[in-house]
Amino acid sequence: MVLSELDRELIAEIQGGLPLVARPYAAIANRLGMTEETLMARLQELQSDGLIKRMGVVVKHRALGYQANAMVVWDIPDEDVERVGALLAAETCVTLCYQRPRRLPQWPYNLFCMIHGRERNAVLRRLAQIVEFHGLEQLPHSVLFSGRSFKQRGAHYAAREDSLPRSAHG
Amino acid sequence: MSITNIKTRADDTAAALDAPASLTPLEKCLLNEYQRGFPVCAEPFAEIAAQQDVPEAQVIATLASLQQRGLISRVGPVFAPQRAGASTLAALSVTGDRLPAVADMVSRYDEVNHNYEREHHYNLWFVVTAADEAGVQGVLEDIEMRTGLAVLDLPLEQSFYIDLGFPLWC
Repeated sequence: MVLSELDRELIAEIQGGLPLVARPYAAIANRLGMTEETLMARLQELQSDGLIKRMGVVVKHRALGYQANAMVVWDIPDEDVERVGALLAAETCVTLCYQRPRRLPQWPYNLFCMIHGRERNAVLRRLAQIVEFHGLEQLPHSVLFSGRSFKQRGAHYAAREDSLPRSAHG
Repeated sequence: MSITNIKTRADDTAAALDAPASLTPLEKCLLNEYQRGFPVCAEPFAEIAAQQDVPEAQVIATLASLQQRGLISRVGPVFAPQRAGASTLAALSVTGDRLPAVADMVSRYDEVNHNYEREHHYNLWFVVTAADEAGVQGVLEDIEMRTGLAVLDLPLEQSFYIDLGFPLWC
């Protein structure tokens, strides 16, 4: 799907969330100079296309008591990464499961997943269950628990006038 | 054996988590049942109100309260990474005494959304998102120049995860 200029404006308007008013789509459509119907139809299309993965309440895990958050990184043979990635992604407690490039020698890991829990030992127990259940004992992995959160908000994809990407020399 | 008896996940019980006692039934319901499938219609909060048999004003007030208390970040779309723009997961290895200052510097970029400390040699992890790849690289180069530290740049290559929201308690 090719995004039009209007799509980018739409994303910029809506990425921070819907206004909590009776007719939120009308409010956003008004700011964009389009009709409520056109905006809703386009949102449906963006959802069917997969650009919008879901619409709804975006929760803050930490504030809700899910204090322990582990990024588990794995060094999986390239030919096996699809299979293991699919297994991990299907686990209920796993949020996010991505393949990323290795950066040798500093960084040997190519598969990343996130496991949330109320406390650290619960996360480690769950990871141990997953490793045992799927027979992943031989695959090198490392657990990076989160410490301080310095910033957390939704991604800002489309630039507004006041937040254009900096140039390298800007 | 019927196919429904075949266990494919290690953590089938993972969703059986306790809800924080301080949340009302409507809050729990909004937090857990509307992470996806939020109505795209002229009056979405009225539709949720009808589904839950409460007044529309109560749905709006409850969501506003959850947001104000920092339990949700927003109500709205979640975009597929790499689809609405360019992004990467980046990491820095920062000595302990410099970490707060470097983290603060990184957080100040509009293009940085999540910025976390993690327990690892690479101890500062952040997501950079911009309208295009040049925007992302510009921020990484800027950070390298200002910190004198090499950034680990780990763009997404493949996602195995289908985002259905985060199961809080079921």
